[in-house]
Amino acid sequence: MSGSTQRAQQPKNFGFDADALALKDVAAKLFQDNLPIHTLHALVANDSDLQNGFVCHWDEELWKKVVDLGWLMVAVPERLGGMQMSAVAVASLVEQVGQAAMPGPLVPTLGACYILDACGTDNADAALSLIASGHSFSYGASNQHGSWEHDASELTFEEGKLSGTLYFVQDAQKVDYFLINAKLDGETTLIVVPANLPGLTIQPDTILDLTRDQASLKFDQAEIEESQIVSIPGKAIEAMNTALPALLTLVCADMCGAAEWQLQTTAEYARTRKQFDRNLGFFQAVKHPLADFMVAIDLARSHLYNAVCAIDHEAGSAEQFARMAKSAANDAAGFGSKKSVQLHGGIGFTWESAVHIYLKRQLHSQTLWGDAAYQRQKLAELILGTS
Amino acid sequence: MSENKKKDTPEQEAFRQYCREWLADNVPEAPPFKPLKSGAEVATEEHLAYYGAWQKSAYDAGLVGCDYPIEYGGGGKTRCQSVANQEMLKAKTPIMPGAIGLGMAAPTIYFHGSEELKRRLLPKLFSCEEIWCQGFSEPGAGSDLASVQTFAERKGDKWIINGHKVWTSTAQFATWMILLARTEKSDKYNGLTYFVVPIKSELGKSVTVRPLIKITGETGFNEEIFDNLEIDDAYRLDDVGKGWQVAMTTLAHERGAGPMTTPASGGQGITERKETGVREFGLLKLAQTCMRNGSAAIDDPVIRDKVMSMLIRQVGIKQHRRLRSVAGLADYQRLALQDKLLSTEYLQEAAAVALEVEGVAGTLSNFDEKAPDNGKWPLAYLSSFGSTIAAGTSEIQRNILGERVLGLDKSK
Repeated sequence: MSGSTQRAQQPKNFGFDADALALKDVAAKLFQDNLPIHTLHALVANDSDLQNGFVCHWDEELWKKVVDLGWLMVAVPERLGGMQMSAVAVASLVEQVGQAAMPGPLVPTLGACYILDACGTDNADAALSLIASGHSFSYGASNQHGSWEHDASELTFEEGKLSGTLYFVQDAQKVDYFLINAKLDGETTLIVVPANLPGLTIQPDTILDLTRDQASLKFDQAEIEESQIVSIPGKAIEAMNTALPALLTLVCADMCGAAEWQLQTTAEYARTRKQFDRNLGFFQAVKHPLADFMVAIDLARSHLYNAVCAIDHEAGSAEQFARMAKSAANDAAGFGSKKSVQLHGGIGFTWESAVHIYLKRQLHSQTLWGDAAYQRQKLAELILGTS
Repeated sequence: MSENKKKDTPEQEAFRQYCREWLADNVPEAPPFKPLKSGAEVATEEHLAYYGAWQKSAYDAGLVGCDYPIEYGGGGKTRCQSVANQEMLKAKTPIMPGAIGLGMAAPTIYFHGSEELKRRLLPKLFSCEEIWCQGFSEPGAGSDLASVQTFAERKGDKWIINGHKVWTSTAQFATWMILLARTEKSDKYNGLTYFVVPIKSELGKSVTVRPLIKITGETGFNEEIFDNLEIDDAYRLDDVGKGWQVAMTTLAHERGAGPMTTPASGGQGITERKETGVREFGLLKLAQTCMRNGSAAIDDPVIRDKVMSMLIRQVGIKQHRRLRSVAGLADYQRLALQDKLLSTEYLQEAAAVALEVEGVAGTLSNFDEKAPDNGKWPLAYLSSFGSTIAAGTSEIQRNILGERVLGLDKSK
């Protein structure tokens, strides 16, 4: 699994280079200027009434800037007009996206890039070109039980028609295309469909996370062309396995960024809020959990960069390290989200405060591609060779 | 190695060559006992004789104290100690027993001692003819070091010292102690003064050294009772009332953050450690061997989850050290300050999981031959508290992180 000879070839600095740093700095600046916390709050938390269903809030002007900056194509191969940056660079970009809790389908689109790239077909390349030209994608595969297994889809593709429903599809109301997982004669197959495909109904979920949207995709005898099939027959699961480490680390990067916001915001509160004539941070009951949260974040980031570096340089170990990264990110987010609300005291329990926005984004991210215990179960299977 | 050469000054390059030549002929035979891994493990006269002889021979050859001036017994070189350390480690030399003297007492005496003290004390410290120990902690002053109560009372040109020091490694062999004492009761920080004191022989006969037995049943450190020890004022370092500042020099060097590089050797008996895959993770192997409810413990999903958590933590700590040096991606200081907390708490938790995996077999001590893994896990668990308590407890580490990195108010 982790061949020692391969390890030696890994760059000591994870391959984090000047291009990656520049991308990260541009991202930090963009969000500083365009999505400060009060703007985010006004954007996604203006209305606290979820009773009438979920409203999908996002800043389409900001999204246009994201597209213009070329972020959709950072993981698209150069031969298809993309920027083909390292997974390390992509991770450090997505950390900034998570730190800003930006609503928008960037992470789902980047995920689709890795899947399409792993498919290795002309049809997949055509889809990647769509991404390079600014179109967004989201991957759908889950059954109603929320399974993350690559063969769990209950969508069937027979005689050129799709029937059935995919569940828990991310940012479904925002994207231009879906990359879907369906059974063709019982065999897992990956297909690209436009969001406005006749016969496709997008049924939004009412979710807690205010910075994302999620939906079921209901297909009713929707007609598909041959050219929309992007996987090689019999090789879709292999492609998914290749892309899986990237899918995991994208969520991890988002979570690490969001966690850093939670840490800094709560530390700032602890530096300024006074009780018993002292700033809260004086008290060790406040100080120590914040220190522990910081350690947990940095441990998760260490795993994150180890995993993305493996994607770039040591593919054979990438899944193992990505599982570790998601486990560590979930542990950090679970602990830190709780503390970020708790240590804010009464104000942390209000809608007016911003901490709930990140708490909810983290709760949502924690479930994506499986929780911590699931990652450790999968890791054990990888190491012990059982399943 | 070519990398070192590139960075070496001409003096370092010549010295490196000299070290290699000397080490080629002068690394001693392995001892009749299992080689020790640090100076803190020196526990018997046999240990002391063997390692003391090694330190003396390395000193005589010029590999110890290279960067100190010649008049204080040093080598008068510039930034050559690190070269000697690298070459000694590479040559798999024995450890040196005078670690507290070399790493803590020597730089403190050098920066704060009188000319006479430097000339008199440093040569024998380097050569290991005199062993040093550190008298900082007291029963009433642990994490809150500045609250030490051992009192030095001035009587003309003399000081009369009374008090009680604890957790003193190698005091059983030491003839000298670096001592932080109170000289003024009304001022916590400015009421401290730093001394070097004899604790053996005629000079130090009013000091009683008693072994403290650790939680593991092992000896290793001591307590000292000062009963009217009378010393000359010449044994004072720096001014009266400057003890806290002098102690900071000692502690900075203890953390490896002081200006002087500590002479250090080692590597003896350590076999080439191959980069092992995750399958070789000790806790995993243990859980595959130990039985639970009729099958291997690793088959129990709860145990498996805990073992995986520990594996993830272990890999994470390695990557954490890798990450901290990546400019633009990590804040070095923020990550470096986490290292002690992270690694010591991990060792403790991993040992606790191992005990859980072992079940009732975890009751067997390392002296029982039936014990799994030679009883290393119960011993590791008990020993782990040494690391989570010594050199700044985990609680103090969290204070440091909260205050220095997150800017929270000082808890005191």
